[in-house]
Amino acid sequence: MNEPRTLLSIDRVSKSFGRVKAVEDISLDIRENEFFALLGPSGCGKTTLLRMLAGFEPPSDGRILLDGRDITRTPPNKRPVNLMFQSYALFPHMSVRANVSYGLEMERLPAKEIRSRVDAILTTTELVSFADRKPEQLSGGQRQRVALARALVKRPRLLLLDEPLGALDKKLRGAMQLELKRLQNEVGITFVIVTHDQEESLVMADRIAVLKDGRLLQCDAPRAVYEHPCDRFVADFIGVTNFLQGKATADGVLTSNGVKIAGKVPNMLSPGVATVAAVRPERIRLFPSPETANRVAGTVEALAYQGLDLQLHVRTPLSDKPFLVRVTADAVDRQPVSAGDQVELGWDAADVRIYAD
Amino acid sequence: MAPALAWLTALMVVPCALVLTLAFFRRGIYGGIEYTVTLENFGLVFDPLYARIFLKSAYIAGTATGIAVIIGYAAAYAIAAAPRRLQPVFLFFAVLPFWSNYLIRTYAWIVLLNREGLITQLLRWVGYTGEPPSMLYTEGAVIAGLVYNYLPFVILACYAPLSRLNPELGEASRDLGASSVTTFRRIILPLTVPGIAAGAVFVFVLSIGNFVTPALLGGGRFQMIGNLVYDQFLTVNDWPFGAALAIALIAVMLLVLMAQSQFADRAAGRTIEARGGADG
Ligand SMILES: Nc1ncnc2c1ncn2[C@@H]1O[C@H](COP(=O)(O)OP(=O)(O)O)[C@@H](O)[C@H]1O
Ligand SMILES: [Mg+2]
Repeated sequence: MNEPRTLLSIDRVSKSFGRVKAVEDISLDIRENEFFALLGPSGCGKTTLLRMLAGFEPPSDGRILLDGRDITRTPPNKRPVNLMFQSYALFPHMSVRANVSYGLEMERLPAKEIRSRVDAILTTTELVSFADRKPEQLSGGQRQRVALARALVKRPRLLLLDEPLGALDKKLRGAMQLELKRLQNEVGITFVIVTHDQEESLVMADRIAVLKDGRLLQCDAPRAVYEHPCDRFVADFIGVTNFLQGKATADGVLTSNGVKIAGKVPNMLSPGVATVAAVRPERIRLFPSPETANRVAGTVEALAYQGLDLQLHVRTPLSDKPFLVRVTADAVDRQPVSAGDQVELGWDAADVRIYAD
Repeated sequence: MAPALAWLTALMVVPCALVLTLAFFRRGIYGGIEYTVTLENFGLVFDPLYARIFLKSAYIAGTATGIAVIIGYAAAYAIAAAPRRLQPVFLFFAVLPFWSNYLIRTYAWIVLLNREGLITQLLRWVGYTGEPPSMLYTEGAVIAGLVYNYLPFVILACYAPLSRLNPELGEASRDLGASSVTTFRRIILPLTVPGIAAGAVFVFVLSIGNFVTPALLGGGRFQMIGNLVYDQFLTVNDWPFGAALAIALIAVMLLVLMAQSQFADRAAGRTIEARGGADG
């Protein structure tokens, strides 16, 4: 298999606004035809990074390369990169068609070609019947599609999307996530999407970069980020996790109340330092076999029904917070549990992640 | 509602009705009014002598409006582009002249422009030795005075839509490949033109009827419609003709205002939308 080609290189890029360091020393390679997600809590510098890629903010430091060419100082209208704004920024005095044609008119293409390309993208985004409307006459979902069509019709090398689904309601969001993925496949354009919604990034992206306070914490495929978070913050931010505090030992963590958790301790954690063990709720079994490495007894406090799954809150001596356990509804049908029941929980040493606290 | 209506009747409708009726009478031989109904005052308004003064007034007001719009829009653009917290300060300075009396402001231009005035002294100071330039009592002086007096209206009228404009609209245009000039022409200007129209109408209407500025800065020979009306009432004592001129002037102003309101109605939709974008 040949190595995927790098389209965009972010090379040690930083950006400060006065004393605020919005982006600090980020390096990333984005591959051709990739669906790449920038994920992080609000204010972590996602928009700033995207605006630097689009050419609206000059980096304070570092370089941006597209196809190996340095575009760090190239103005936005000279970059084969388009940005879909968080506010959509549709031109209010122009019809949908005029909005979508605008970018091609700027390329001075023949009118006939503009028409056919605009017609094609309006068809793809199911906007044909709205072509003559003004943006104010459209719903949120329709505006979002106009913004997308307006950027896509330019056939950029790279499409940047700033929280494109943020303004939509939950149900529409789910549909649009899949729709965006389908579109990306169809047009064969590299997408970089910004989101603060970890679930969204897991669903859509080929790779995810997790940012915090302007720094890059981890960049990996969704599964790798979920299964092997690089630190406590990422483990907490992505999905749901049980944390158990204690001190490192040679082969696990000794919790403050003297229970041993078996797991692989990273080399950098010498025995005795404060550590935290993390276990995903779906890795925990009820009534484990006796040879299971980690076992603990507890009392079921509550059950939350979540479609296929049930989430149990189990009070254990391991921590003051209830343990979250995710079991399938089928499993509970076979072996009923209800609030107040005594249960035993168990999980394998391989499912424990250990981090510095 | 009722008190407002009463005030409007007392201050606007009644005087206008008086002026309108006056215009249909004849001037008495020794001044005064002869109460016979006639249309000849209106005929006289279209006499080439007076029609020319109308055209000249429109030309002066139009030129002043054009200059005020260009300067005012540029100033408003600069203020709207300044950091948010400085904008009220700049606006305050822009409207500061309003706090002084109109006459005093206009006299300041005499001090500036007269043959031995500040500008001449400045020229002398940098080494100019020739004839002092004659700037006062010219058409240019009148236009300068009008522009100066009404500029704050234009700045305020243009600042409103400019400050509400979502800056991402300009960025989106650049992102789609437009130069900054094209972005201004196709996005920013069309979305802020209602402000320009409002400011322009203000300057034009106030300028075309103005009589103080032409009298002070244009000199004795310089006449605009306002001076003509003034003279009919206070010098020549031909009140009916003065009234007819005044009615004609009001008609011109109303036409301009109606054209502007038509235009504003059509533009209203997009202004509202541009604001919505800024909030989102
Ligand atoms: N133009 C600006 N001037 C000053 N500070 C800014 C500016 N833009 C962003 N910041 C600051 O930079 C940080 C990152 O902002 P942003 O990139 O918008 O975060 P995100 O999109 O991840 O929510 C924030 O602390 C924000 O206040
Ligand atoms: Mg943001």
